Amino acid sequence: MKKLPANQILQNKKELKNRAMNKILLIIQREYLTRVKKKSFIVMTFLGPILMVGLVFAQFWIKMIPEEKQNVLVVDESQLFLNKLENTSNQTFSYSKNTLSFEQRNFYKTDDNVILYIPANIIDSQKIQIFYKKQPGLGMQDYINTIVGKKLEEMKLLASGIQINQLESIKTKLNLTTTKIEKSGDFETKDNEVSMALGFIAGILIYIFIFLYGAQVMRGVIEEKTSRIVEVIISSVKPFELMMGKIIGIAAVGLTQFLLWIILSAVGTSMVGNFFMKDKQSVDQMEQTFKTNIPQKAAFKEMPTDEKAEIMDSFLNQVNLPIMLFSFLFYFLGGYLLYGALFAAVGSAVDNEADTQQFMLPLTIPLILSFTLAQNVMTNPESSLAFWLSVFPLTSPVIMMVRIPFGVPYFDLILSMIMLVLGFIGATWVSAKIYRTGILMYGKKSSYKELWKWLFYKG
Amino acid sequence: MDIFSAKDIVKKYDKHTALEGVSISVKKNSIFGLLGPNGAGKTSLIRIINQITGPDSGELFFNGQKLQQNHIERIGYLPEERGLYKKMEVGEQALYLARLKGLSRQDATKRLKYWFEKFEITTWWNKKIEELSKGMQQKVQFIVTVLHEPELLILDEPFSGFDPINANLIKNEILELKEKGTSIIFSTHNMASVEELCDDIALINRSKKILEGSVKDIRKEHRTNTYKVEFTGNIISFTNAIWTGCELLEKHTEGNVNIATIKLLYDATPNQLLQAIMPHVMVNGLQEIIPSMNDIFISKVSNEKIASESNFTE
Repeated sequence: MKKLPANQILQNKKELKNRAMNKILLIIQREYLTRVKKKSFIVMTFLGPILMVGLVFAQFWIKMIPEEKQNVLVVDESQLFLNKLENTSNQTFSYSKNTLSFEQRNFYKTDDNVILYIPANIIDSQKIQIFYKKQPGLGMQDYINTIVGKKLEEMKLLASGIQINQLESIKTKLNLTTTKIEKSGDFETKDNEVSMALGFIAGILIYIFIFLYGAQVMRGVIEEKTSRIVEVIISSVKPFELMMGKIIGIAAVGLTQFLLWIILSAVGTSMVGNFFMKDKQSVDQMEQTFKTNIPQKAAFKEMPTDEKAEIMDSFLNQVNLPIMLFSFLFYFLGGYLLYGALFAAVGSAVDNEADTQQFMLPLTIPLILSFTLAQNVMTNPESSLAFWLSVFPLTSPVIMMVRIPFGVPYFDLILSMIMLVLGFIGATWVSAKIYRTGILMYGKKSSYKELWKWLFYKG
Repeated sequence: MDIFSAKDIVKKYDKHTALEGVSISVKKNSIFGLLGPNGAGKTSLIRIINQITGPDSGELFFNGQKLQQNHIERIGYLPEERGLYKKMEVGEQALYLARLKGLSRQDATKRLKYWFEKFEITTWWNKKIEELSKGMQQKVQFIVTVLHEPELLILDEPFSGFDPINANLIKNEILELKEKGTSIIFSTHNMASVEELCDDIALINRSKKILEGSVKDIRKEHRTNTYKVEFTGNIISFTNAIWTGCELLEKHTEGNVNIATIKLLYDATPNQLLQAIMPHVMVNGLQEIIPSMNDIFISKVSNEKIASESNFTE
């Protein structure tokens, strides 16, 4: 055996590394292409946004269905509301001079849809009643309730000698801001409903991604093991390379799907939006429904423009977008890689999916826990529970995303990220050891004890 | 020159020892039979050669160099437990596996075309593996194993799953590969094919190598000094004629010819046997019975100790 010169050995090593890289790339490519070409992937890619757009569409559509015109016959024994209820596009009010029992008897001879009965003692009893042929919609009931109530309020005010504008000036709307005083003496004000929502959605996305695609890694490993092809492949590449190639390839599939969903949903929603915005009338109608159904939104619309701008402003100021985006990507990928490695180990230890139960538990518990505790963390973002959950690698991807909108000290964030990286390295190391032995163990039910032993087998 | 050799390989799993100081050497351009009963440690050894697992101790050499990761591309492995991706198309899959062995896409495509034409399976290119019968899958797997023209080919039960015609096709391919310079490690339980194909063998039993050498020598060594005698004449006078240096193992009659199997005891020679019987019967033929690999396998494995004591050594 001749000794090779040092520089040639170095070059050999370099070439070996290159070849290993090429093989991992090849594995990634296969994992990616076979999945992306699958019918189920294509179906899901289009079905996801269609469902999303459909949901939005349905909401618009339901609101756009004009409610049937309702003729409301008012039997007003108190005589207080005579000709005072305003007609709308949906309701026409007419007033009866007869008794309630008379109108009830003649109800079906008229084209009135409902009878609104206002008793004589309305001011004391505060009770009104509706009689109908066909159940009137909730919207109409709400409308009548609100408008009669409002009129009654006005009358009471007048009776007690208060002007309406006087009342408006007395009504007080408090505005609470929370301000943190930092150790350094700086102030930090947070008004962060939007960013909270963003953080929560980011957490949920990470949760879904890990579950969906982590399980795919596991299934892929089981497929290779049960079809026995794994022995052929690891006679060409190292088990670790196969495992990492699979995990990364599936991550790429997931990212592709998410990206396509976002793009297709955005395109689809805006198309639906355009379709409905075309005619002015429907826009008016929509505004009407929004006004009556969603008072806050209407309030936002009626707000003076500078106030609106202020809210948008504070949103942009409060949400530290770069940090938010960076952390999302970091925890999204980091969390997936960590869990992906563990899922691969589980897949390698079993012969079929039914046997995965016992090993899945320690993986699903922290994941589900982080999801359920996310709300607790939102109400108590600076508790020690929140801190530990956002540092522990198995829960940090979801929890940290929920915490970030509330402002996380850089120390916590960096610690959590380092822990996640360490967690990933540790999990990959452990998984690679289990995987290496597990994929060659056919027909044996493995126990935790055995997995533990596998960790110490020599390569 | 050896293409491959293993020295004192030890592999332990937990409490079970799979290999206990096993050494083998495979000559270049030869077919080496790796034999042994189920669970003897063959698969462990094969996996170590393929660097799927590593030995606890011992050394491995490929072409005189210490076995390294990059040697993997010069080894082809057909595992006993066959498997391909069921949902993947035949051509695409073969390309993938070939490229994992370091072939470029163009090279792999060119060679695949050659093999597909040779096996007359070009129409399978776009079929999914799951659409093929088991025998057809085996064919694809064989092609994938040899496509990168490995210097060392490891075949674990290569004939299982094939009908006699296809088994013969594969056998001829193996011989052709050998002719072209490939060295082959061949693991099987089919002793007839060992006699037909193998130059050398090693027999592993209970984690230890208990026999090795060339097939010819081993069979010679295991001769038991037994002869088949064909004769016409009276059987009783034949039996009386055999002197005490012989043991009549079996006798039967085919038409008017009698056939007796006789084991010569002590240092008796066939000449002495002939001298004893010739005056009494008409001898048509005398032939030494050389034990089959099957007999040797069974006697070695099932009765390791006893067999080693009662063996005749020349």
